[in-house]
Amino acid sequence: MRTDESAFGRRLMDAVPHVVLILGVLIFAFPIYITLIGSTWDAGTIARGNLPLTPGGEMLDNYARAWNETRGDRIIHTPVRIMMMNSLIMALVIALGKIAISIISAYAVAFFRFPLRMVFFWMIFITLMLPVEVRIIPTYEVVANMGLIDTYAGLTIPLIASATATLLFRQFFLTIPDELVEAAKIDGAGALRFFVDVVLPLSRTNIAALFVILFIYGWNQYLWPLLVTNSGDMETVVIGITKMIGNGEAATDWDLIMATTVLAMLPPVAVVVLMQRWFVKGLVDSEK
Amino acid sequence: MQRRVIFDNKALPYLLLAPQVAVTLIFFIWPAAQAVWQSVHLQDAFGLRSQFVWFENFEAVLADPNYLDTVRVTAVFSLSVTALSMGVALLLAVLADSRIRGAGAYKTLLIWPYALAPAVAAVLWMFIFNPEIGLLGRALNDLGYAWDYRLNGEQALTMVILAASWKQVSYNFIFFLAGLQAIPRSVLEAASIDGASAVRRFWTITFPLLSPTTFFLLVVDVVYAFFETFGTIHALTHGGPGKSTETLIYRVYQDGVINNDLGGSSAQSVILMVIVIALTAIQFRFVERKVHYS
Repeated sequence: MRTDESAFGRRLMDAVPHVVLILGVLIFAFPIYITLIGSTWDAGTIARGNLPLTPGGEMLDNYARAWNETRGDRIIHTPVRIMMMNSLIMALVIALGKIAISIISAYAVAFFRFPLRMVFFWMIFITLMLPVEVRIIPTYEVVANMGLIDTYAGLTIPLIASATATLLFRQFFLTIPDELVEAAKIDGAGALRFFVDVVLPLSRTNIAALFVILFIYGWNQYLWPLLVTNSGDMETVVIGITKMIGNGEAATDWDLIMATTVLAMLPPVAVVVLMQRWFVKGLVDSEK
Repeated sequence: MQRRVIFDNKALPYLLLAPQVAVTLIFFIWPAAQAVWQSVHLQDAFGLRSQFVWFENFEAVLADPNYLDTVRVTAVFSLSVTALSMGVALLLAVLADSRIRGAGAYKTLLIWPYALAPAVAAVLWMFIFNPEIGLLGRALNDLGYAWDYRLNGEQALTMVILAASWKQVSYNFIFFLAGLQAIPRSVLEAASIDGASAVRRFWTITFPLLSPTTFFLLVVDVVYAFFETFGTIHALTHGGPGKSTETLIYRVYQDGVINNDLGGSSAQSVILMVIVIALTAIQFRFVERKVHYS
């Protein structure tokens, strides 16, 4: 009897972690599931508050309308395809721009000795302490004076400096063996040649890892696009959702809003899931 | 630190640094200096002339009982978000790290919410807890509990805390898991052979060895709660009802963009800058110590 009981008890103890983890997974999946289901029903069903837990038949219609059209039954919105394109441009320019200007400035700091080197290094470092949120109004004024409101340049360039990416690349460059540099110099390779032929290929994994993190960072920007874009043609999809919701009255085009929300989540979630290994590396490395 | 072998071009390093330095000067240093300048000046109604007023703007901000309310809301909000998201993440990470079947699948299923924008996470929560269309929002009301976060300030604060924490768990989970995997198995096995229970092993070995990660996440989560949750609050409550979910960053936006009070908003920005600088300094002292020990 006793052995039976303890075997049962042990099996129960083994099940506890699974139960808690599955509960955790469900808490994260449930809101997404509801949104997916909602995007396949008509607005009336959602607005009455008795959304079924199984898919309805309006999926293609909802997504097509959200994607192409400018008006639902009650709201006027920018077509999602335009907002998705804006978000994509913003995310790509921010991610690639940050990587590009950070990798060359890290190269300068790591591979050269020149007057004011540390001054520049600290100047870049200080940007860590000035997130866009604490300097929004004056930064907005600078961008407005340059005539960059409602432009891709205004949307992206002010966010493009990156202390973390620069520090990460510099850290990595310091581990490149001196012998490699000496060999390149003996072969007559200059600084630029060495950068293109040796440093860039060696940095491939770091670039991929950073790209995943920065793409998500760019796609998810909120306060800055909210300020810098006024025209519907420049709206990003994350901002677009909250504009469509407005003051959240019950009778609105919930079907379109939910379809838009699903579309807005798709690219960053796909990037995380498909590039999981690089994503975790990028996250853990760049925060060290 | 510097490499031993370097290149000796004269102009090239400056050219390589130019784009980053230009962006930093134009969009970081100059606006930050502007914020500091505006915070000690008072502009006339037409924005034509401004007068140096020492710390009057700061005095006005700090003497405003509404501002102190905002400070209180921010404190409750940040502490709750940090504690909740770290607690849940640590629990899930410890369980996913124990060698159980399907650990890899759990990991994938728990890290993807990192990809969601704070505002999108807020919208997802609204779909569930809206008192009219949300499954759980309606259920609460059907059970006789008057749930409407659009009217009740405490419910609104609870709602933004939950939505903001929900989004941050995956980030903390990833770092706790990485921290746990760095703890040598041999130490835990030795304790196990000595007869220490799982709970005791956690509190005497795992938790202390995890403290650098915990401390790092503490700072990151506070910064997250202070700044990045602007989207959460803007999407869910717009700081309301009343000012019950207005945090410091939301108020900077409200005063500077909506109410057009440059001096007051700049003074608030400068206060926020001081907070970020303090947090970053704390974090770097800790990083130095970590480097020292390893």
